[in-house]
Amino acid sequence: MAAEALIELRGVNKHYGTLHVLQDIDLTVGRGEVVVVIGPSGSGKSTLCRAINRLETIESGSIHLDGRPLPAEGRALAQLRADVGMVFQSFNLFAHKTVLANLMLAPMKVRKQRKEEAAQRARELLDRVGLASQADKYPAQLSGGQQQRVAIARALAMEPKALLFDEPTSALDPEMINEVLEVMRQLAREGMTMVVVTHEMGFARSAANRVVFMADGRIVEDRTPEDFFTAPRSERARDFLSKILKH
Amino acid sequence: MNVLLDNLSLYGEGLLGTVELTVYASLLALALGFLMAAFRVAPVGSLRGFGTAWVTVLRNTPLTLLFFAVVLGLPRFGVVLPFQLFAVLALGCYTSAFICEALRSGINTVPVGQGEAARSLGMTFPQTLGEIVLPQAFRSVIPTIGSTLIALAKNSAIAGAFSVTELLGVYKPLNELGYSIVWTFVWIAVGYLIVTLTISALFTLLEKRFGVAR
Repeated sequence: MAAEALIELRGVNKHYGTLHVLQDIDLTVGRGEVVVVIGPSGSGKSTLCRAINRLETIESGSIHLDGRPLPAEGRALAQLRADVGMVFQSFNLFAHKTVLANLMLAPMKVRKQRKEEAAQRARELLDRVGLASQADKYPAQLSGGQQQRVAIARALAMEPKALLFDEPTSALDPEMINEVLEVMRQLAREGMTMVVVTHEMGFARSAANRVVFMADGRIVEDRTPEDFFTAPRSERARDFLSKILKH
Repeated sequence: MNVLLDNLSLYGEGLLGTVELTVYASLLALALGFLMAAFRVAPVGSLRGFGTAWVTVLRNTPLTLLFFAVVLGLPRFGVVLPFQLFAVLALGCYTSAFICEALRSGINTVPVGQGEAARSLGMTFPQTLGEIVLPQAFRSVIPTIGSTLIALAKNSAIAGAFSVTELLGVYKPLNELGYSIVWTFVWIAVGYLIVTLTISALFTLLEKRFGVAR
């Protein structure tokens, strides 16, 4: 894929104490590309995802978004984060606000949209994720799958250039995983740039342009899903795949 | 018994004085406590340091000593104010340290993910704090803040020793007039109960309205 780079990581390193959680990470995500990051737990894949919008700081190396280096703190960082949506494992919907208010808050506060404009856009997005009828409920009144779809809609309300997914289905009951993955597949088809940390191999196969396999803080393989799943090059990846695909 | 009816206006003035001190000092304490709590969780190191120093100094100084510092200290720097205002300053600053810590304990009950979600949407630190974290933190600290303000109401008695009209000070003229000391104090206690039970009722109401639904 020769698309221009939207997210670019060069030589990124990070430690947690003595644990070298990100080791010389180089990763480029092109505009419109869907990159799925997989790997055993503790391999650094969530940290990698969170470093891209600086929820985790890094110690060395550089991260560029749309050609601009990631600012350190303050207003410039906030502006950049507004352009990169994030979907969390534990949804993190604002517990004291209704579903509609969850979607309207950031567009009004950050993008300075008028209330009517934000509300209209929020209802369109809720409709798109199939939750138009839940607009006036509070997050705690929804199922996990519904909360995660609201969280995706909330991220989309900012009209981001890219979306980061940090294990979006890991906290869900099995029967709710598909409703979330379906929304994500639809986004992928529409050309959204996505970085997805997940254990859903079916999603990786069907929606990803590239699969990045991480182990022990390093990127071990970075290939198309077809190549990766049928002929993994590294022993580490073969071992990982055999463990998760066997049952 | 007659001590109240004979001296209704004196008791009234005292009660009014205590109410005024309580209301003004509470407002100051809430505003400053809010600000200091924001400082203590701010991403800027110097603000955190200032907040910590504020709490450490004011929470660990006896209130009477603080009154002396304000009433005797500030005039040396050319700050001459009515005694009531000095008392409001001393009480308000002292209590703000406790409000700050109550708010901060509330902030710690809000899951980290709430703040992360707000930041990931591009909200600034003041927006994240004001829109997401504090509204949720406030719900869990309503009872604690109520207790702190009740303590403030009772602490306002110290102001009587610094020439401020307030409820406890009422006993001095009444004692000189020869009234029963026991009944004098019973009615003073009733006055304090009126103030503290009002605060307590107000916070029960707030808790019902805004408390965390479980």
